[in-house]
Amino acid sequence: MATAPWDGEIPTQLRERFGDLITECATYLGQNFVVARPDAVIPILEFLKLEADFDYLVDITAVDYPNRPERFELFYILYSFERNERVRLKAMIADGAQPQTAVNVHAGANWLEREVFDMFGIQFAGHPDMRRILLPEEWEGFPLRKEMSIVQQDDRWVKENLGIESGQ
Amino acid sequence: MPETTFLDSSELVLNMGPQHPSTHGVLRVILKLDGEKVMGTECVIGYLHRGVEKIGENRTYQQFAPYVDRMDYVAAVSNGLGYCLAIEKLLNIEAPPRAQVTRVILTELNRIASHLLWLGTHALDIGAITPVFYCFREREEVLKIFENYCGARLTTHAFRIGGLQYELYDGFEEQVKAFCDMFLPKVDEYEELLTNNRIWVARLKNVGVLMGDECKEFGVTGPVLRAAGVKWDLRKAQPYSGYEQYDFEIPTGQNGDTYDRYIVRMEEMRQSVRIIRQAVDKIPTGPIGKTPKVIKPPMGEVYVSIEAPKGELGYFVVSDNSTQPYRVRVRPPSFVNLQALDRMVRGGLVADVVAIIGTLDIVLGEVDR
Repeated sequence: MATAPWDGEIPTQLRERFGDLITECATYLGQNFVVARPDAVIPILEFLKLEADFDYLVDITAVDYPNRPERFELFYILYSFERNERVRLKAMIADGAQPQTAVNVHAGANWLEREVFDMFGIQFAGHPDMRRILLPEEWEGFPLRKEMSIVQQDDRWVKENLGIESGQ
Repeated sequence: MPETTFLDSSELVLNMGPQHPSTHGVLRVILKLDGEKVMGTECVIGYLHRGVEKIGENRTYQQFAPYVDRMDYVAAVSNGLGYCLAIEKLLNIEAPPRAQVTRVILTELNRIASHLLWLGTHALDIGAITPVFYCFREREEVLKIFENYCGARLTTHAFRIGGLQYELYDGFEEQVKAFCDMFLPKVDEYEELLTNNRIWVARLKNVGVLMGDECKEFGVTGPVLRAAGVKWDLRKAQPYSGYEQYDFEIPTGQNGDTYDRYIVRMEEMRQSVRIIRQAVDKIPTGPIGKTPKVIKPPMGEVYVSIEAPKGELGYFVVSDNSTQPYRVRVRPPSFVNLQALDRMVRGGLVADVVAIIGTLDIVLGEVDR
């Protein structure tokens, strides 16, 4: 990714405050993002909300890179009404790691984190209601992990329910 | 004999949906009631989950474009616009001016169609039968324009990455202008039916109040946020597709109640007409854009969002320099807005739940994806 360094008030403040916990502050195609250690995510969200007016949590999502030791990239997209600016916070976590929930900072994180759990199997520690949200409770596996293939799932379903080969 | 029966319990659990005409699709709400008072709710969603994001990872960039129309199927054009803008951003290209103006016209027409569907069904939920017929009559005119333009009425797939697929048809401008002239008096007509109607006011005023701070806390956007007095619209805040060239207002309310949200949406339809009139007068000549045959964006990730009729619709796309997206995340406004339902209905009456679901203007296809 051809990123440019992001300099300005916010990255300077963040670096001052969190030091080594911030690994990168950069810009890609005009969009600013911060890469941080997973344990710093909640303090950073808090700091951005209270001291930099990033009071609107737009989205939480994840991306799966199965070949990396820390296979998930967790994204928090924030917006500030006051500054009319967006910032993306990114943290790498390993499979089975339990990042802290953001519900206490932004109430809207509740369903968003449930969806991340539902799709990727990332458990958020301290979440008040860590259950599946879109898929049924008895669903096996986490569909947005890369090893889950659409075709395999379809094959299995056809075999179990219709007793034939799906031929896909 | 058991010592206590369910009759002794002060709390009654009532299941609403998933097959309920007022939940606008397959939404199931579990209501905890004390008499007529709502003590708490739980939403059960996912009945329409189709795994759109997973499908996105298994299709090429172009192949995925028609799928996004099927999320918010009453505002398919907006979905398509957001997706095209996201991929264009990833490719670092822009659609030519003629395509951009056409996109604005069609997207605003779609906003009108979406708000009309909301108005008709919302009024129907509350017991006003007449508006739905009027709304569908006018909505039909919008759908005719879509049909003339691209052959489809609902899931239009009107735009392509990099511009448009089709040139405008002969008589497009006239048809759009005729629609605008016809439509504005109709909005007054709906308002005459509803705005000062005593039953309508009694059912809507101070119902489902959600103030600005609460909206921000939950990430609620769109007309719901504006009705709470926050003057924020992505078309103004971070203009895309040339929205900065048009002269229009952002309607806002003060009370954040169901009535204000109704007023805001009515005014938004008028503002959309205003935008369409300006745009249709200055459709530039020139190319409509060429869609690249093979789309292989450089490695990277972008988040692009637009002001859809329901709120902020965002696409977060990650490219690994192949022809298929590595990850497409859709930030659906309906899903996020629905989360505030519990806050809005708590302490209110069970009859208001229907009004509040209606006023949130959710589309379950988008909530569940």
